[in-house]
Amino acid sequence: MNELFYLIIEFFKTGLFAVGGGLATVPFLYEIGEKYGWFTIDTLSMMIAVSESTPGPMGVNMATYVGYDIAGIVGALAATLSLVAPSIIVISIIAVYLQQFKKAKIVQAIFNGLKPAVVAFIASATISLFMSVFFIEQSFAFEFINWKSIALFCFLYFVSLKYKNLHPIILIIISLMIGIIFRF
Amino acid sequence: MKILIELYTTWFKMGLFTFGGGYAMLPMIQREVIEKHHWATEDEIMDYYAIGQCTPGIIAVNTATFIGFYQKGVIGGIVATLGVISPSIIIILLIASLISNFSDIPIIQSALKGINVAVCVLMINAIRNLWNKSIKNIASFVIFFTALFASILTDLSTVWLVILAAVLGIVMTKAGWLKNE
Repeated sequence: MNELFYLIIEFFKTGLFAVGGGLATVPFLYEIGEKYGWFTIDTLSMMIAVSESTPGPMGVNMATYVGYDIAGIVGALAATLSLVAPSIIVISIIAVYLQQFKKAKIVQAIFNGLKPAVVAFIASATISLFMSVFFIEQSFAFEFINWKSIALFCFLYFVSLKYKNLHPIILIIISLMIGIIFRF
Repeated sequence: MKILIELYTTWFKMGLFTFGGGYAMLPMIQREVIEKHHWATEDEIMDYYAIGQCTPGIIAVNTATFIGFYQKGVIGGIVATLGVISPSIIIILLIASLISNFSDIPIIQSALKGINVAVCVLMINAIRNLWNKSIKNIASFVIFFTALFASILTDLSTVWLVILAAVLGIVMTKAGWLKNE
């Protein structure tokens, strides 16, 4: 019961403060995982992969997944509905005052500050992901570098630069097969 | 009642057939919302998108709420939103129950570790795109690094950092360092 309560609070907060859609929810999700120990960064990374290969927005997918993990179907519904509730409230209010909102200079000013900051938040969560992928046991000593992952990263990055319009699913499938073949 | 059912089924379809949300949804919105149901004009959709991007929440959900709200008030907004998130809920529940059953198998573990690397590449590319769109002058560069260091070096919740960035945005725009596009 307690967990369900925190689940609702945390996803409502994410829905209320994650500006910019999609990836903007990642730093919040990372924080939730760290704070409550509900999921690891590996799970978060897997969910990003799942979200890129299945329909639907990542925030919604992640909320459903985490909610299910914590409290079954009830948890999945609670987390997902909490995530979208702030949107419904905020947009319904804006919809009434649409013309005033469009002209408001302060909205644009706030957004000017948020845009670069959101990139930084996503980058910060990504750095944590890199640490967990490229270092074994989260230790930064030289002997703990995961060379297999680094080799695969370089290969995939090269492929993604060479074929710019490649769908993310292709990269995910290649990495999945290499992971199995070379026993990552 | 009929309009509510139409809102739900139309947005359900959009949730089901768009990968990645956000702008990936535009062509589908064009066909369903503008041409088929005449719920909005092209210009209105562009407004909703622009607003959906600078307000909290998922862009697809924000757009669905707008369309639903103008058709049938708050209830319409809720129904359209439920429509667009329903497919995700169903699909992810299926995947989640599968993964929790299979995630201990070594071969699945190897596959997931490989996938982690692909996600690193996807994130780097996404950040590069966002960087090109968002960091265009010294002021935005300063905000980026302030936010990055604050989020790595302090225990402050992202919620506070978002508020801080908003304040910086107001101050720097007033001072003329950041310009409205």
